[in-house]
Amino acid sequence: MGKPPGNYSHLVRMATLFAVGLVVFLLGRSYFVPADFGRYGHYRAGALDDTRARPIAFAGQAACVECHSDVGDLRKTARHARVSCESCHGPLATHAAGDEPLKPLRPEGTVICVGCHLKSRSKPSGFPQIEVADHAGDNKCVECHNPHAPKIS
Amino acid sequence: MDESRRQFLLGTGRWLVLTGAASIAWDAIVDGQPEQAPNYAMTDHWWGMVIDIEKCIGCGQCVRACKAENGVLLEADYFRTWVERYVVNPDDPEHPMVDSPNGGYDGFPDLPDMPANVKTFFVPKMCNHCADSPCVQVCPVGATFDSPDGVVLVDKERCLGCRYCVQACPYGCRYIDPRTNTVDKCTLCYHRITKGLTTACVEVCPTGARMLGDLKNPNDPIHEFLRTHKVQVLKPQMATGSKTYYNGLDGSVR
Repeated sequence: MGKPPGNYSHLVRMATLFAVGLVVFLLGRSYFVPADFGRYGHYRAGALDDTRARPIAFAGQAACVECHSDVGDLRKTARHARVSCESCHGPLATHAAGDEPLKPLRPEGTVICVGCHLKSRSKPSGFPQIEVADHAGDNKCVECHNPHAPKIS
Repeated sequence: MDESRRQFLLGTGRWLVLTGAASIAWDAIVDGQPEQAPNYAMTDHWWGMVIDIEKCIGCGQCVRACKAENGVLLEADYFRTWVERYVVNPDDPEHPMVDSPNGGYDGFPDLPDMPANVKTFFVPKMCNHCADSPCVQVCPVGATFDSPDGVVLVDKERCLGCRYCVQACPYGCRYIDPRTNTVDKCTLCYHRITKGLTTACVEVCPTGARMLGDLKNPNDPIHEFLRTHKVQVLKPQMATGSKTYYNGLDGSVR
């Protein structure tokens, strides 16, 4: 039982090739796969922060009544208590932050009031709805109703 | 010297015990939150939505607010949320007439020739933020994912625009944004809810037909609502684990 005659160069070649392939694969992988990929799951963790980085457009009801407490108090017990300010006045985050003197929209009643209260069979029957022509004629909504505290007469 | 040796032992020991991916995940478990979110712990939340069909008046406020908040293209066909009008003939409830002019962005002009005997109502639609979402499962590059707080998000940097997820979503909630040629969808206003604000659509809904809920917060009113109402998710047979619960959902709704 002597040593078998040894010429292993074919094995060495293969092993070298394999090692080079492995190195290329690992280098390529570390280059193409972001460092934080897999931190929370099969995705790039930084994507969460990317999504969060977007600035807000709607300030939120709390920010509005912080300054406009008079309107907030008026609306508290009124029928529109749960309609947020920005629902009618538009997105006002920049206004709330004081970054620019953006003036809130003063919405046109024929658009904003009617947008909700126009009669439609698809609406829930308990919701107050009107046929504009029968209900108001040519009158404007605000001539009879205060939009912050509308009364049902 | 001592410090670095301890760090080395901790690091290697953890790697050996937990191996690979689990070791990376351990960082997340210890943190519980991304580095730049010191005041928001992702692991403390599990977001869901309630939509009350019996309160929806089809005014389109949510559609307009969503586009304004998220910079969605104003053209028709690009919606993160939209409203559908159902007209159901009681003799043939399986084939309802559904329309959604401009996604409900301009409201719904009344249908002139609606028969007298039909049932009709509005259904707001949006991403259902499924716990087992098909769209996440088909993404070949890990660009769409379930966040640890239960929101299905898109990594715009990794998205190839291959459209697999657009086809996979059973609710039709995804579209390709032609500006970036990547997929776009509702993020549940992730930039707002992680700051303690509610979503834009919930903020502006005048009737309270939408309600954002944190299912992990035992004090959230969503639990009381789910307990006291008969709710259903869309296409429950798809087993998507949808977290958008509809109250008053008619069987005709697809």
